Amino acid sequence: MRLNDEEQDMLAGKCGPVARLALQHQRKVGEFFGAEDFVPVTQAHIMADTESLGEAGVRWLESLADPQARVRVPTITDPRGTDFAKASFLGQTTTMLDLERRTIAAFERLGVTMTDTCINYQTIQAPTRNEHVAFGDTGVVIYSNSVCGARSNFEGGPSALAAGLTARTPRYGFHLPAQRRATLHVRVECAPASLNEWGALGGVIGRIAGHYWAVPAIEGIEQPPRSDELKHFGAAMASFGSVALFHLVGLTPEAARLRDVAAADLPTSRVTRDDIEALRASYRTDDRVDVVVFSAPQLSLYELRDLAALCDGRRFAVPLLAVTSPQIKPDADRLGYTARIEAAGGTLLSGMCFYQSYAREIAEANGWKRLATNSTKLVNILGGYGYSPMLASMEECVDAAVSGKLS
Amino acid sequence: MTAATKVFRARQAMGPKVRGHALVAQDGFSARYDLDRIAGTFSRPSHKLAGQTYVGKILILHTAKGGVASAWMLHEMASRGVIPLALVFNSVNPILAQGAALADLPMLAGFDEDITAAIPDGSDVEVDPERSLLTLIA
Repeated sequence: MRLNDEEQDMLAGKCGPVARLALQHQRKVGEFFGAEDFVPVTQAHIMADTESLGEAGVRWLESLADPQARVRVPTITDPRGTDFAKASFLGQTTTMLDLERRTIAAFERLGVTMTDTCINYQTIQAPTRNEHVAFGDTGVVIYSNSVCGARSNFEGGPSALAAGLTARTPRYGFHLPAQRRATLHVRVECAPASLNEWGALGGVIGRIAGHYWAVPAIEGIEQPPRSDELKHFGAAMASFGSVALFHLVGLTPEAARLRDVAAADLPTSRVTRDDIEALRASYRTDDRVDVVVFSAPQLSLYELRDLAALCDGRRFAVPLLAVTSPQIKPDADRLGYTARIEAAGGTLLSGMCFYQSYAREIAEANGWKRLATNSTKLVNILGGYGYSPMLASMEECVDAAVSGKLS
Repeated sequence: MTAATKVFRARQAMGPKVRGHALVAQDGFSARYDLDRIAGTFSRPSHKLAGQTYVGKILILHTAKGGVASAWMLHEMASRGVIPLALVFNSVNPILAQGAALADLPMLAGFDEDITAAIPDGSDVEVDPERSLLTLIA
């Protein structure tokens, strides 16, 4: 890789050992992907829940301790592995919470801003078109690339932190205009009507696309979707397919016309309502439910408003958990949404994400196996954690919390 | 020393040279979605390697799947020694490359043929990132 003077200095240790370690890591990844140089970034977003880090990852973070080690651009965090106020309700242990506290302390020493959100494009600051960023969380990256027109690869925790510390990232993948061209064409022949259907459509397209370097150009979405709809759509596509960028022809910024992003001879796939139904049906394995979860991505204020309305006058027989960001939670409290959800027996959690919060251990602690959710991303992930996840609409999930059954 | 029978060139490579037994499937890989990282087995029921141990194996799979967590998890798995010996994929995403870089795990990716079809499950293979080569030992 070609290094400029500043990067040579970093590599020589003139900016401290932590900046040198960060740049060495970035160069290793950049050379693997054939990057020619680095590109400056304006923001970084770090995924670093302690279930992923483990003791080893936390110790690694704590080892990044020289006085010069500070992030050089705004660097924020993805959800934590707990909501400290609700940890005992979740059945989490003091060991888990101690790891979280050590992680937070290590990040704060490096100047990282603990936002603990996977919807920073809704709550903190959405990136702008052509802005080069280093974002973690696949849902954040696919939304930022596709809907905002920003430029990011999937940056895992160590790489996103490195980008924060060096204010740059290797120039490969979706930082390059050529990589942002469509590689397949998808014609959607149905109109999703709910967030779970948007997620299911994203999941179906993710499966078709199948890998990180695939970029679908999607036609057939007529009405401009809302941010929450594209949030579920993108998060599911990234989860099922490892996809980091899609174009909605006529809607997203780089694809005013199909020919702006796609060659004429791309392979075309059709997606119909049958495909969405088939995906949904594949996750309806039981009619009984142990727990209802709204999470992944964290809920927006509008989703919580809708959920609060569905909770009015209800009484839950099984636990209902809704997860939002620390930025949204105070508004939900102030506007009475939290009280309405909790009056029905639900719990509103903040600053965490269900699957990043020791999902296997909290299932064992609480006897949770059959889980209903409206998040297509969540049902895709939780199978590996021993759950029987079931996909349904928000309305059906709330009904299931009352009756213990998914009808 | 047995004679090398076939050599495959990778377009992308990193990490130290290793030799071991291949665990092969035409399927994806995500540390978060697919593994019981404590037991060292594939735990996702729909995965083609479900129930099999990956510890000390040269894992030969189609592509990287899932979220960003693998970037931390490979390092954590390495700290406990419950980790594959190397990763050999038809294609990888940045997360897996970042994770392998942090864990110092050998990795090869990008071949001219489907590497999961070319290498029989259980065969003896050598991963040589320095020369970007995967060798199927006779």
